[in-house]
Amino acid sequence: MTRHASRVTRHVPQDDPIVCRCEEVTVSQVEGAIAEGYDSLEELKRHLRVGMGPCQGRTCLPLVAQILARKTGRPLEQVFSAVSVRPPLAPVPVTLFLGGDDEG
Amino acid sequence: MKGSADVVIIGAGVTGAALAYTLAKRGLREVVVLERRFPGAGATGRCGGGIRQQFTTAPNIRLAMGSVRIYEQLSQELDWDIEYVQGGYLILAETEEELELQRRAVALQNELGLPSRCLAPEEVPEIFPLFDPTTIAGATFCPTDGHANPFRVVEGYLRAAKRLGVTLEKFTEVTDLVVRGDRVAEVVTSRGRISPGVVVNAAGAWSGEIARMAGIELPNQPVRHEILITEPVQPITEVMVISLHTGLYFSQTVQGQILGGIGDPEERPSYHLHSSLRFLRRFLRELVRHVPALGQLTVLRQWAGFYDVTPDAQPILGPTPGLANFIQANGYSGHGFMIAPKVAEILADYIEHGTVSADLARLSLARFEGEVEGEAFVVG
Repeated sequence: MTRHASRVTRHVPQDDPIVCRCEEVTVSQVEGAIAEGYDSLEELKRHLRVGMGPCQGRTCLPLVAQILARKTGRPLEQVFSAVSVRPPLAPVPVTLFLGGDDEG
Repeated sequence: MKGSADVVIIGAGVTGAALAYTLAKRGLREVVVLERRFPGAGATGRCGGGIRQQFTTAPNIRLAMGSVRIYEQLSQELDWDIEYVQGGYLILAETEEELELQRRAVALQNELGLPSRCLAPEEVPEIFPLFDPTTIAGATFCPTDGHANPFRVVEGYLRAAKRLGVTLEKFTEVTDLVVRGDRVAEVVTSRGRISPGVVVNAAGAWSGEIARMAGIELPNQPVRHEILITEPVQPITEVMVISLHTGLYFSQTVQGQILGGIGDPEERPSYHLHSSLRFLRRFLRELVRHVPALGQLTVLRQWAGFYDVTPDAQPILGPTPGLANFIQANGYSGHGFMIAPKVAEILADYIEHGTVSADLARLSLARFEGEVEGEAFVVG
């Protein structure tokens, strides 16, 4: 089985840095989505897939939150506190869960 | 916020979004959707995205078949890719009893025009090569079943609805419904009050709480269902697999991730959404038993959502006895995403013309006063 789906790497202009490396989302895409009305971190996550990759948002969500705070004029603590943390915190091999009983 | 609207829809899940769009498409402009958090925050954005027509009751089969006809062209209609994959559903059976249930279901489904069929175990790898046929006694397959991305469906419906004039009020919580005489006269929210022509309760697992604000008791109960997603891998299958034996279900998203869950007979109604190690073990053991190659994968993320469960596992749709302008659109029992497009049409028929189709009549809240025929294929 090939690990990770083959992906078409898009041309990314030098002046538009990537904020989400897992899903290849750029600053201008985040800004554009906020302008379209996706103005909470949870909505941006679902719309752009930022934070849905293997890093679970550890790299990108603080950056996206900063852009969101800047664009909406809301305090960073307010826009960043609302997002759900979902286990496992790092990717875990399936084989680790195959032994033992249900509750183990 | 607007002070009045022809239709106020409570809940921006797939049901509310599809209904808002369908009403607007028919020319109703004064439609307001109220959402406590953000679109898809409830069950829709947490679900497996399956679109199945293989059910055991005629209303569920007909609603799902009508929905598939809409889903097949929805990306074009909304001008928005919903990541629809019509790869079929494979339903697994492991006992003679389950095989007999499947034979009866397929007979009814075929009678209603659905191209489902029974398969011997050795026929399954022809559809899904990595599947181990020695793990089952038989299966059914319907090639026109499929799956789509729930986030994209809700977004697509709402974007199109807004273009047609619908107002979405997100982060707006309904706190009371004011009843005068035989109607809901006012919807009170955290951001203002609205006088509605019609109010639609599409609040999913919270529908019971909304109904209670108008003095109505619903028999619905919220039941947690857990789900997980793996890292992406190369395309291995387009089918969605579900098991009548264990409640396992899974599919591969267009991003290449395996997405799935498993029902838990020990789960009791509650409002908690914790993730558990028990779920990881139970789901992954069954997944790898049927498809050993998937043991090589890595788990990325797990979460949970609610099934809004009724006593017969069928939705509650249509007007409320005693409150003519209060319309129920809830109680999907895990199947809301599949049937929402067609439900939106029959509810729009009712709202626009007062038309009550046979299925709408059968799925009314009033049915719980008599004998009810339940849906047997509730999985996940």
